[in-house]
Amino acid sequence: MSQSNKNTAFLGKTHIMNIVLNGQDKQIDDDTNIEQLLTSLDLNNKRLAVEINQEIIPRSDFATFTLSESDKVEIVQAIGGGSCDHKN
Amino acid sequence: MSDTNLDKPLIIAGKTYTSRLLVGTGKYKDNEETRLALDASGAEIITIAIRRTNIGQNPDEPNLLDALPLDKYTLLPNTAGCYTIDDAVRTCKLARELLGGHNLVKLEVLGDEKTLFPDAIQTLKAAQILVDDDFDVMVYTNDDPLIAKELENIGCVAVMPLAAPIGSGLGIRNPYNILTIIENANVPILVDAGVGTASDAAIAMELGCDGILMNTAIAAAQKPILMASAMKKAIEGGREAYLAGRMPKKRFASASSPIEGTFF
Repeated sequence: MSQSNKNTAFLGKTHIMNIVLNGQDKQIDDDTNIEQLLTSLDLNNKRLAVEINQEIIPRSDFATFTLSESDKVEIVQAIGGGSCDHKN
Repeated sequence: MSDTNLDKPLIIAGKTYTSRLLVGTGKYKDNEETRLALDASGAEIITIAIRRTNIGQNPDEPNLLDALPLDKYTLLPNTAGCYTIDDAVRTCKLARELLGGHNLVKLEVLGDEKTLFPDAIQTLKAAQILVDDDFDVMVYTNDDPLIAKELENIGCVAVMPLAAPIGSGLGIRNPYNILTIIENANVPILVDAGVGTASDAAIAMELGCDGILMNTAIAAAQKPILMASAMKKAIEGGREAYLAGRMPKKRFASASSPIEGTFF
């Protein structure tokens, strides 16, 4: 666990850590696993896939995979698309 | 019409399809219009894109996958908007995870924002990586017969040359190249991108291609659901005309009523 990050803070006895979630900085509690993160985002039962630092995490590991400081988290889903939605 | 029974089914990665129209699900007004247009098109394979989930904003926003009767369709996750091998491969892997082990993907690696032309070199490399990783790859490519054949040799399950730039609606710009690609091929050849209206689709099918993948031509029509129906008919008509074999072109007229027996 990183102790000396400039943004390390205390909230009660829980450490806060920084992750990058879908390209945006976010602070979450230490020891948060993917399932807890998804629950906090109201996304728990959605059809989605999760990548941590460009590694895909299987759904079956969501409850056991604990996030670490500075993790880059991508949560993706399927949307309508053809050959050319580059401009979104 | 018993003659139509002469047609072979479209088989992609071992699965048989009746419809030769594949459609994208982008650019529609809403999920309901998407659903109705897909229904009218008769499509059995539909493309989807993989994008970041909108965090925090509308968690209950209806997801396309929840809005469509998925048992009716084979989903074709698409690497739309990818400009690098890594992005395309990552997108395919995420799609496979998202869809519970689904291996069929559409690969496109774009090279240029203005034309959205595929980057053939990167497309070849990405195709090899995906095939080696057990994906069934339907690949978007230029109308270049040599590249198309190489993509087949790599092991792509279908090769999909463009008719014209994505979203341009310009129709089949290079029918002879498309024809050459078809003649050389041992895998299904589907025209992907550039079809603008029903006649474009019919022309592509008359050339003998195995199917057409389109999105904008339907979604950007004034009446998308009606255009979806028109495309379905054009593709069926074009296919039948291809199977029927057109008459030879002649420069001058040739009477279709007998001259013999005229009383004037």
